[in-house]
Amino acid sequence: MSDGPLLPPPEASHAGFWEGARRGELRMPRCTACTRRWFPPRPLCPHCREAEWSWVPVSGRGTLWSFVIAHPPLLPWYAARAPYNVIVVALAEDPTLRLVGNLVRPLQGAGGGLEPVPAGEIEIGSPVRVVFEPLSETVHLPRWVPA
Amino acid sequence: MLKDAAAIVGIAESPFAKRLEASEAELACQVIVAACRDAGIDPGAIDGMASFTLEGADEVEIARSVGAGDVRFFSRVPYGGGAAAGCVGQLAMAIATGACRVGVAWRARKRGSGGRPWAGAVQPGVPECWTRPFGLLRPVDEIAMLTRRYMHEYGATREHLANVALAARAHANRNPRALMHAKPLTREAYRAARWISEPLCLFDNCLETDGALACVLVPAERARDCPAPPVLVHAFAQGLPRQHQTMVNYFNDDPLEGPGWACARALYGASDLGPGDVDVAQLYDAFTPLVLLSLEAYGFCGRGEAGPFSEDGALERGGRLPVNTSGGSLSEAYVHGFNLLNEGVRQLRGTSCSQVAGARTCLVTSAEGVPTSALLLRRGER
Repeated sequence: MSDGPLLPPPEASHAGFWEGARRGELRMPRCTACTRRWFPPRPLCPHCREAEWSWVPVSGRGTLWSFVIAHPPLLPWYAARAPYNVIVVALAEDPTLRLVGNLVRPLQGAGGGLEPVPAGEIEIGSPVRVVFEPLSETVHLPRWVPA
Repeated sequence: MLKDAAAIVGIAESPFAKRLEASEAELACQVIVAACRDAGIDPGAIDGMASFTLEGADEVEIARSVGAGDVRFFSRVPYGGGAAAGCVGQLAMAIATGACRVGVAWRARKRGSGGRPWAGAVQPGVPECWTRPFGLLRPVDEIAMLTRRYMHEYGATREHLANVALAARAHANRNPRALMHAKPLTREAYRAARWISEPLCLFDNCLETDGALACVLVPAERARDCPAPPVLVHAFAQGLPRQHQTMVNYFNDDPLEGPGWACARALYGASDLGPGDVDVAQLYDAFTPLVLLSLEAYGFCGRGEAGPFSEDGALERGGRLPVNTSGGSLSEAYVHGFNLLNEGVRQLRGTSCSQVAGARTCLVTSAEGVPTSALLLRRGER
């Protein structure tokens, strides 16, 4: 059982996503041939079946599509933070492009940092914007703040 | 043609408990032999086998142990809760084409004492890496996300989810085999239950069970010689819809139109029967919202109407569509939905603890939310 957060695996085809995250960019797969996007990444463009594609930045804006509040039993790292929110965001560029994340806000007071938005203040349809939280040198996890 | 070509003639199950001493392989062998006994068939005649890819013991172990004959057809169906109807359907296809003549399907699982699969996670794979790091860890979290959106779009409420949980419990209270046989559930207790993943509470979740079940299929014409009334496999389908993502069907045009919709289209397309002909339904219920989604997918009401459909005891014995009449995964046992199958057979034999009078047709579905499968079963003539 893991004591830390679950981190993404070293997957070569995802490298462009995490490289973007380290630069503060949210990137989505985009087909070189037909320029359409899809997510999660897969080897072929599902629209035109071309194999050539790249990670291209999007605005990082979207709307909150749904959310849950997770309570224990959970893995230890997550249980220590429960109850916590998990959200799904529909991206502004294409609302059928969705990502799973968490709704956070800047910590009150000095020092910066992020804290989870409490359950009672989360609303489907509200606008959100991506931020990136460094969990390790290589993994900067996308989170979302009210926009 | 598959239609009515094969019949289920034997069923069996182990006791259901939080912990059973026997291993999964031992349980599998016990229920297979018992299902053959129920069918009046010697296990040496078994020449077809179908089970889950998640099953621990393989065909060789089982076939040697139960003394099966020369096995001519064996298959496995993936995606856990999506598989039970698929196992039976694939055996029915094999029988219809002459690939085998005595098929057994089974599931043996120690989910009660064997631990929670999600709790062993160390590093997510692909594609779980897009959901797990954010704390969407368990199946209940994944389905709760769809449930919240469903409630938002259609105005469904927790009271509708409670209707599903209470119907299952009422049926379990009539079923001595059910884990929850002696434990009534009230609406007040449902409302007061602790959260697991909001908007889902404890009673929206299935049980954690050790148990095993099996059934035996033969050609319909041979079924007339078996002791129990034959239950015909009238129609069968599997469903893996376009741009589906297992358990987290968030990444497509219409996430609330899940695998059940594709499966239902194929099922009714291969059937002489429609939703209006179904007397009783066994709908996969690892979580209460899956029953509401399945009521819509399989055409018992319009999209977004399952909440109101569930009111006034509609899903209970004597209601307009009795559902999960053994107590289902929520209140009888959670064995990846195989108990729904055996209960469907009992309804058409006339031996359910919550018997629907004169039931002639039963729908049995596997899991909504994963690549799935479904069967329309029909009472055969002797």
